[in-house]
Amino acid sequence: MQSTSKNFKANSTKALADPNLQQALGKMKVGFVEKRAKARAALPEFDALRDQARDIKNHTLANIDYYLETYEAAVQKSGGVVHWARDAAEARQVVLDICAEEKAKSVTKGKSMVSEEIALNAALEAAGYEVVETDLGEYIIQIRGEAPSHIIAPAVHVLKEQVADDFRKKHLHLDPKRSLMERKELISEARGVLRQKYLDSDVGITGANFLIAETGTSVIVTNEGNGDLTQTLPRVHIVIASMEKIVPTLDDASAILRVLARSATGQEFSAYTTFSTGPKKAADPDGPEAYHVILLDNGRTEMLGTEFEDMLRCIRCGACMNHCPVYGSVGGHAYGWVYPGPMGAVLTPSFIGVAEGGHLPNASTFCGRCQDVCPMRIPLPKMMRAYRRKEFEAGLAPPAARFGLDIWGFVAKRPSLYRLATRMAIGLMGWRGRKEGRFKSLPLASGWTDHRDMAAPAGKTFQDMWDKRQGARSAKDLEREAAR
Amino acid sequence: MSSSSRDEILGKIRKARGRSGPIEGFERDRLDARLKSRPRGIIPQKARNTGAALVQDFISRAQGVEATVQDISALSEVPDAVATYLADHNLPAAVKMAPHADLAQIDWTQRPTLTVSEGRSFGQDKVSLTRAFAGIAETGTLMLLAGPEAPTTLNFLPEHHIVVLKRSEIVGAYEDAWDKLRDQVGPDGILSRVVNMITGPSRTGDIEQTIELGAHGPLGLHILVLAD
Amino acid sequence: MVDKNSPTIVSENKPITVGLFVTCLVDLFRPRIGFAAVELLERAGCQVAVPKAQTCCGQPAYNSGDNAHARAVAANLIDAFDGFDYVVAPSGSCAGMIREHIPELFADDPILADKAVALGRKTHELTSFLVDVMGMPTAVAAYQGTVTYHDSCSGLRELGVKDQPRRLLKGVDGLTLTELPSSEVCCGFGGTFCVKYPEISNKMVSEKTSAIADTGADTLLAGDLGCLLNMAGKMSREGRPIRAFHVAEILAGMGDGPAIGEAGEDLSAFADGQEG
Repeated sequence: MQSTSKNFKANSTKALADPNLQQALGKMKVGFVEKRAKARAALPEFDALRDQARDIKNHTLANIDYYLETYEAAVQKSGGVVHWARDAAEARQVVLDICAEEKAKSVTKGKSMVSEEIALNAALEAAGYEVVETDLGEYIIQIRGEAPSHIIAPAVHVLKEQVADDFRKKHLHLDPKRSLMERKELISEARGVLRQKYLDSDVGITGANFLIAETGTSVIVTNEGNGDLTQTLPRVHIVIASMEKIVPTLDDASAILRVLARSATGQEFSAYTTFSTGPKKAADPDGPEAYHVILLDNGRTEMLGTEFEDMLRCIRCGACMNHCPVYGSVGGHAYGWVYPGPMGAVLTPSFIGVAEGGHLPNASTFCGRCQDVCPMRIPLPKMMRAYRRKEFEAGLAPPAARFGLDIWGFVAKRPSLYRLATRMAIGLMGWRGRKEGRFKSLPLASGWTDHRDMAAPAGKTFQDMWDKRQGARSAKDLEREAAR
Repeated sequence: MSSSSRDEILGKIRKARGRSGPIEGFERDRLDARLKSRPRGIIPQKARNTGAALVQDFISRAQGVEATVQDISALSEVPDAVATYLADHNLPAAVKMAPHADLAQIDWTQRPTLTVSEGRSFGQDKVSLTRAFAGIAETGTLMLLAGPEAPTTLNFLPEHHIVVLKRSEIVGAYEDAWDKLRDQVGPDGILSRVVNMITGPSRTGDIEQTIELGAHGPLGLHILVLAD
Repeated sequence: MVDKNSPTIVSENKPITVGLFVTCLVDLFRPRIGFAAVELLERAGCQVAVPKAQTCCGQPAYNSGDNAHARAVAANLIDAFDGFDYVVAPSGSCAGMIREHIPELFADDPILADKAVALGRKTHELTSFLVDVMGMPTAVAAYQGTVTYHDSCSGLRELGVKDQPRRLLKGVDGLTLTELPSSEVCCGFGGTFCVKYPEISNKMVSEKTSAIADTGADTLLAGDLGCLLNMAGKMSREGRPIRAFHVAEILAGMGDGPAIGEAGEDLSAFADGQEG
């Protein structure tokens, strides 16, 4: 997917002016937050489970080569095939090769952010395959020609009425006079249309929420059942998973599952948690004849051993974006690449570089809510700050900002100069603003005064007044006072 | 491509970890031991009831996610239960049944108008009847295994899914279900091709974050809890 | 979280000394908050000094990725606050910077690492210092009005400041607290964020002020002047008749002065130390 992360500001302006998007975001913000809070309150062990989940992933990452090799051997033993892909191009090629070998015509897909990351649909379509997204949200945005705007609710930006319009345009074989007023009608129509797609498909592609080293198992967590149909009905099942999805055992996966759905949708458990191990066995009445797993690196090994390693604990629940006031204002598309919100502000520069994605870590107030709700206790603000440092050190920060910081730094480390400068500025501003108590516009702060008034300074600094009052200045002053 | 990619990825991991090769010796033994012992973490209090309370937890939590639950005291009550469910939901009198030994014992002759067929689904069946491996009280979750007696398609393609679960198969936590499963795994140590954890009927919130049931999988999940 | 154990050994008969970190915004925009803080600290039995050499906590540079400048400014701060039992700031954001981040900045510095950690340990946000360290049960003051409270992000999430200001406000005669439903959601200030991303910041503060108005309160309180300038400025622009004060002003009985952004500030009363 072509990144527009550099245009975050312009993207945001557009997003803020889109009434449909703003209406949709308004609904999202309340729903996810309330549901998670309720789920958390209902499980007294929740925060302890978060610590445990963090520890499991940290242990796994510390020994990830061991677990990946163990996993690979277990997959092979169950009759599956493991492919290692260094980058997006390699991963796409593996999929294309399998499809060619299987003489496939059509491909169905369950929801997979990694497949978005490697831009798989475009590659498959260019090679002549019919590609159908089967998750309802993904299907809606596929019809609309859009990218997902949320990692677990890809069409969160689309209103019901827009879906109805899209379905009318796409499903021309259906009665044009049919009613599509209700959500139920839309869902039932998608169910009917997609049902045939599953049955006709040759290859089903899913992502994975976990890979389990103990058993060579891939896990998907869904609510609709589309992922299960995608991986059960076609002849071939391809799992595409990034390497950090690995955990040691079924028990470890279960422990992390306890915080996943609660953090994501506020459900205690998703409707379908499916553990898949190898292809159909001889006596099985159904299931795919071939089972492939693609283990994707695509920048992850570069994060190991760095200050960004914690990010590899991410289980893609989306809680950080659900609770992010910036995401809640502009939605996911403004972030310009696959992963939006706070997680995207760390993953985007990690995967496509600071030059391309460096804007995103700046677009945060560091309010810290993302870290507060992260089930894996990922210190997201700390990592965003680290990317700001990298951007600054690489000389990529805007020149005006650098110049401002230079002046500020020069003054702020010289207390007497600082006091002189502030006294002058504040005296002037206070004199100009005293009558009204506030400014409606300020020449150098239009970013502020375009939207809100600026309270006028009092005209004197606290420091000057403290001087007048002959207040104590040091611990020694206090000792002298006490001695008196 | 794959083998060199594999080497390169593993090499980068080891470099980041300050190692020149695979984990060896004592460290490896420790990891092997962890895999074998599968240490359990925190099991929430809510997953720790026993006896009748455990069964009640399972039932109320399954109902809490929009499954319907019915107690039956013998397999011979299944035909009535199925027929009533079909009638209540205005469904045709036909069921696709998993070729499971337990279900094969059911005598359907008392319900001659009901058409019962066995095997996998190809999408034409409105209702399926299957046999669960376990019920997990923690979240009202069913565990079903794929295998010769249990086609996966029956869990997902029909509009309504009826599942027979014995009371004695209800466990507290997910980990309890895994232990129960490990006892069953064959000598090759390979899991069933698919283990489905099912918690209520299919649903989606993809349109305006409002949950609707019956997205792609079943609209109805009916659990027959069989006394044993 | 707040470290409730006093990190400094303070002898029983020697009064507790506090270095007030007044913060640049209070210094420049609203000195009366500084005087309110002094008043509250003295009421709690502390001796307060205001080191002359203080400037800024370094946050603007630190959050812009400019660690070199942040370190230079923070080194000055470490020096300026040497010798006090405690350092107190009327801001969760600046106290959070000193407690949590300045030690990170000097983690590899052979000379200043320990000093940075020591400074962090003895630094507190004002209301949490009064309640958690000094054990102040409640405040004694009067304010006629229905107030709502915004929990500023750094204080709330870095320092665990949530109940302390509310506990102190319970003692304010005539004051009714109506909770703000989204009190833990950022107001959109975010330091330089509000001028770097003015439109997003505006969206955030608009939602905040409309939530504030929905509470029906006539007064908004918070513990960070940056957030208050943002919210008060928006409410003023929107023509909402809601006054805004720093919580310290109300706790110190200074709610009869002009609210943030109102005309009529007269600082002469503070100059001779006769206030309160």
